[in-house]
Amino acid sequence: MNFEMSDDRRMLAETMRRYLSEQYGWEHRLRVAYTAPYHDPQKWTGIAGLGIFYALVGEDRGGMGGAGFDIAVIFEELGRALCPEPLLGAVMAARLLSAAGAPLTDLLSGDQRYAVAIGELDAPYDLDGITCTAEDGGDGWRLTGRKSVVYGGGVADRLLVAARAEERLALFDVAADDADLRPYPMIDGGPAAELLLDGAKAKLLIADATSALTDALDWGALALTAEALGAMETTYAMLLDYLGTRKQFGQPIGAFQALQHRAVDLAIEIEQARSIVILAASAMAGPDQAKRVAQAKHLVGRIARTVAEEAIQMHGGIAMTWEYPVSHYAKRLVMIDHQLGDTDHHLERLIEQLQTG
Amino acid sequence: MDLTYSPAERAFQTDVREFLAENLPPALSRKVNARGELTKDDMERWHAILNARGWLAGPWPKAFGGQGWGPIEQHIFEEECCLAGAPRIVPFGLKMLGPVLMKFGTPEQQATYLPRILDGTDWWCQGYSEPGAGSDLASLKTRAERDGDDYVINGQKTWTTLGQHANRIFCLVRTKADGKPQEGISFVLVDLDTPGIEMRPIRLIEGGHEVNEVFFTDVRVPVTNRVGAENEGWTIAKFLLGHERTNIAGVGFSVQALEQVKQLAGKVMRGGKPLIQNTLFAARLARIEAELDAMKITNLRMLARAAQGGRLGAVPSMLKIKGTEIRQAINDLARRALGPAAAPFPSEDLDGNLPIAPEGHAHHAASYFNNRKISIYGGSNEIQRNILAKGMMQR
Ligand SMILES: Cc1cc2nc3c(=O)[nH]c(=O)nc-3n(C[C@H](O)[C@H](O)[C@H](O)COP(=O)(O)OP(=O)(O)OC[C@H]3O[C@@H](n4cnc5c(N)ncnc54)[C@H](O)[C@@H]3O)c2cc1C
Repeated sequence: MNFEMSDDRRMLAETMRRYLSEQYGWEHRLRVAYTAPYHDPQKWTGIAGLGIFYALVGEDRGGMGGAGFDIAVIFEELGRALCPEPLLGAVMAARLLSAAGAPLTDLLSGDQRYAVAIGELDAPYDLDGITCTAEDGGDGWRLTGRKSVVYGGGVADRLLVAARAEERLALFDVAADDADLRPYPMIDGGPAAELLLDGAKAKLLIADATSALTDALDWGALALTAEALGAMETTYAMLLDYLGTRKQFGQPIGAFQALQHRAVDLAIEIEQARSIVILAASAMAGPDQAKRVAQAKHLVGRIARTVAEEAIQMHGGIAMTWEYPVSHYAKRLVMIDHQLGDTDHHLERLIEQLQTG
Repeated sequence: MDLTYSPAERAFQTDVREFLAENLPPALSRKVNARGELTKDDMERWHAILNARGWLAGPWPKAFGGQGWGPIEQHIFEEECCLAGAPRIVPFGLKMLGPVLMKFGTPEQQATYLPRILDGTDWWCQGYSEPGAGSDLASLKTRAERDGDDYVINGQKTWTTLGQHANRIFCLVRTKADGKPQEGISFVLVDLDTPGIEMRPIRLIEGGHEVNEVFFTDVRVPVTNRVGAENEGWTIAKFLLGHERTNIAGVGFSVQALEQVKQLAGKVMRGGKPLIQNTLFAARLARIEAELDAMKITNLRMLARAAQGGRLGAVPSMLKIKGTEIRQAINDLARRALGPAAAPFPSEDLDGNLPIAPEGHAHHAASYFNNRKISIYGGSNEIQRNILAKGMMQR
């Protein structure tokens, strides 16, 4: 048994951490997260320049990572710094392009930004409900429909879109120039977009894509749980610091047992979150992937919200302000549960797995 | 045991409903129900409509321009207003300063200020909290020093709700430096146009401008603007805390918000069905509805006791804790129901051009985050628990 990170991954984490702390200062983060294009293209290129994207896939695909822990390490650091760069699309696209046997060169170098468009207004979390359609009109495939809240959609060069081609759910590659994208910032900062397709030109990548999409969603969910973990750790550190320094009634508020016990409960919850993320990361690409990811996303969804709400409450008014970073961490922690299936959605997956044996 | 209103109370409820149906501008209720940000004009417009009917200050005695409503009428009125989507009455003049002046003010102060609260000439804000004095309000440091017929005020207030619309602020200030902190505080009325006052906005978590910081540098205020005796301000502060408690549970807000979640859950789809058909979501909803229905009765039990002149003691603290927990849980459900559609930063442009959330539901994430405040302000829920514990353990 060994719960230490390998040297390679420790280096990966340190590289990310250093870059983000030097290049992605808090004021900078606040500005870019809410100003079009809602991220910083230069910093994106900077992250690519560190070779981070090569950690997304294994050596067989031209990378040097590709394990669950590689993704977890990267996203934990993004979460720690509350970095709004839309790397989620790259993680999911790397899985999808690999499944399609398509080249990954541009993705790994960071030259092309990918967003993955699966969810729709009436089918936010489930593949069965997808209504976007694909037709082969002789001169190639054309897509029609709307994809909603596409993360990184407005700043992507290419969109990987799930659409129904006759009875099957297929995966297509659409150039951003061929699509109608309506970008906006998210409430917790960072870019998203509505994608309107009205006979948009598309290239077929995978004709029967259900299992590849399910797999990509799992990897995306793993990334989000790790991001939440990083964000929880920063939030918790700020809370402890504040409990020790803020004084009321002539003593640090951390001297009140009513707050001490609640702070301790949060520490316990965050340990649980760390463990379930480790368990999920270790199960990726194995037989238990679906179960472990669902467990992680379910638990982390609940824990992240608890940490957010309790951190605000125990700070008092100051954490209600835009100026104080905890408010932004809290928004991210709560809104992560709105991405790629919320705590209830993943609980349903678990119930189904239990009931069908 | 009879859980219903008396015939007279029911008749009053009908009057209020009819009045709201006829007089509440639909544009206002749409905005309130959609959790949009109300402008100063919106709030003043509603105040004027209520004032014209004599219902702006229902609980005030008739002699001061009110109706002399008891707690039950007041509750009925507020609940109906919530259900109809009426803007909230801005409480600082009507529910805070008004009762203070009636109890502690001089006849001149009453004659000067009370009519101006009713007709909207004055918009008051509350200057209690300071950066270093939140829960421990008595540690406040803003000083007022006597200089002839004036006080000279120096210091800083913060969290001043809607101060950007106000022309006056009532403040707790320190008029004596030694002795127990509670014994050196006075209550003064300050015109915000006085030289030396600077107000700066504080932006809140969801991006809105609702609170402010107020800086005082050598601000001269006539001593006649003090309410009550010098160094007796803490008595007034405590009176105020104990005074306006009928709506402390916010039951009306919760009922309205829960109705809205139900409607939303009938519209949004999950797994090919309306969300309300989803067992896990329905369970969340059913659980909160049970809590809320119990809360309604708890609230009415307390009102009945208050109406009979009974002492409430620390009971309002219970209502505040449970009431805010329920409201926040409903805000959580509304946000959750939207799924990814809760994600966009709420902006009017986006709503108009390309709706993502169903109409009227675009602000649920923003109002969930904003309403984290309700368990912090007005005495945090931790402080309320301290009050309750103290009351119970000493028995
Ligand atoms: C949106 C908003 C609007 C507001 N509007 C106004 C306004 O118009 N006018 C005005 O004067 N004020 C206003 N306030 C201020 C509000 O009353 C204070 O925020 C509140 O009193 C808490 O003080 P604080 O924020 O300094 O937190 P602190 O007092 O620093 O408390 C921090 C944490 O410690 C806890 N704590 C403190 N003491 C104890 C204890 N003894 N035991 C256990 N726990 C404890 C608190 O519960 C909280 O969790 C507003 C606040 C907000 C957020």
